[in-house]
Amino acid sequence: MPETGHQHQGVNDSTPDLHEPASVTVVGASLAGVRGAEAIRRDGYRGPIKLIGDETHLPYDRPPLSKQVLAGQWEPEKAQLIDAARVAELGLTFEVGVATALDVEGRRIEVDGRWCDYDALMISTGARPRRLQEGQQLEGVHVVRTLDDCLALRRDLDVVPGRVVVVGAGFIGAEVAATCRGLGRDVTIVEVAEVPLARVLGDQIGAVCAAIHEENGTELICGVGVSSLSGNLRVEEVQLDDGRTIEAAIVVVGIGVIPNTEWLEGSALEIDNGVVCDATCLAGPNVVAAGDVARWYNDRFDQVMRVEHWDNAVEQGAHAARRLLQGAGAPNFSPIPWFWSDQYDRKIQLAGRPSPDDRIDVVTGSFEERRFAAVYSNDGALTGIFGMNRPRHVMQYRGLINEGASLDDALSLAGESS
Amino acid sequence: MKIVVDYDLCESNAICMDIAPEVFEVRDDDFLYVLNETPSEDMRPKMDEAVQRCPKQAISIKE
Repeated sequence: MPETGHQHQGVNDSTPDLHEPASVTVVGASLAGVRGAEAIRRDGYRGPIKLIGDETHLPYDRPPLSKQVLAGQWEPEKAQLIDAARVAELGLTFEVGVATALDVEGRRIEVDGRWCDYDALMISTGARPRRLQEGQQLEGVHVVRTLDDCLALRRDLDVVPGRVVVVGAGFIGAEVAATCRGLGRDVTIVEVAEVPLARVLGDQIGAVCAAIHEENGTELICGVGVSSLSGNLRVEEVQLDDGRTIEAAIVVVGIGVIPNTEWLEGSALEIDNGVVCDATCLAGPNVVAAGDVARWYNDRFDQVMRVEHWDNAVEQGAHAARRLLQGAGAPNFSPIPWFWSDQYDRKIQLAGRPSPDDRIDVVTGSFEERRFAAVYSNDGALTGIFGMNRPRHVMQYRGLINEGASLDDALSLAGESS
Repeated sequence: MKIVVDYDLCESNAICMDIAPEVFEVRDDDFLYVLNETPSEDMRPKMDEAVQRCPKQAISIKE
């Protein structure tokens, strides 16, 4: 990635330094962590930046782990977020270690049992997959979160024939199922909800997403939970709550994630389904949080939210890191959440913060074509835009949401462009 | 500066179009078109943002 000299030199003529920290420590060498470090360097911060991560790999991008890397189309290096040359160019220090405790008042962090001082701290420790109560330890049972998870599943897919059962039809489950179908595998998805993704997208659009699986030859069993996995050393069967049993050579569990906050228990920070931050991403004195682990007040939506999307990690990482260099009057972090998911040959995108029972209006295309954009609204106010293979429209209507437009505005835009 | 898009990586998420519609356009054929490959220097912050926020890291800036 090209970098220009003048960006580093901008430090003296950019915003006045209210209390530039002597150093910045980032716990969690993740997307949010790396983008945060890059952002403050670009802004001209010249102090030491240290990233502490619990994996030996250099930071990598997760979206390809359920798609290109899993399919074997990409070697893992291609998913790297940053290479050694760029690390040197940015003057970043990486340390492998597990953070186990934080002392906010003493400005100390415990890593692998050793206390070290920090001046300003960014927490981006992310989240880890939820696991099944019973049978998760069997061979052939996987989650897909880390690069090592992905490579373990890929090795299993290479050598073990037979049906892949995916537990959970959320975005990770759906993408892994689509990738496995692409590899020619028989795939069954088991989803506890009656309609997949209904909690996020509502019943109507969730049903379209469900149909995509079936049209691509993936079996989808909804409205039933998994009670256990069984097998002798290696998984052989998946038991469902209704008594049914499915044969499984490989099981992938995608039932959501839990924010990694246990290490912060006993610190002065408030923990409640994530690290609680104010509207600027500040979690405590000289401490910010960003990415999957952060729960902050998004004033645009008047809601406290924790957002697990790629784009949020990028934006919040940069915002939170900059917050460490700013005093009172720092700007709020008020994004319109946006994500994408690629499944089979469909690209799904959602921008906004719709409720599942919001009204839905199709603004272009149709459900039947499997290529459409639809707006969500509540009481005439635009709350979201969903697209299936309609990226252009998603961005157009996202712009309307940004302006606080109404459903009528959206429908008249639809009328103009049809 | 010159905007370079790696079309092997680009998946038309259209984030760049959201940031700088005067430079990036995803059309109804779902392909990205760069409307201006050499935007003026005052566009640099937006171009940097487009590079950063591209989910596929498909955009780069050559001086």
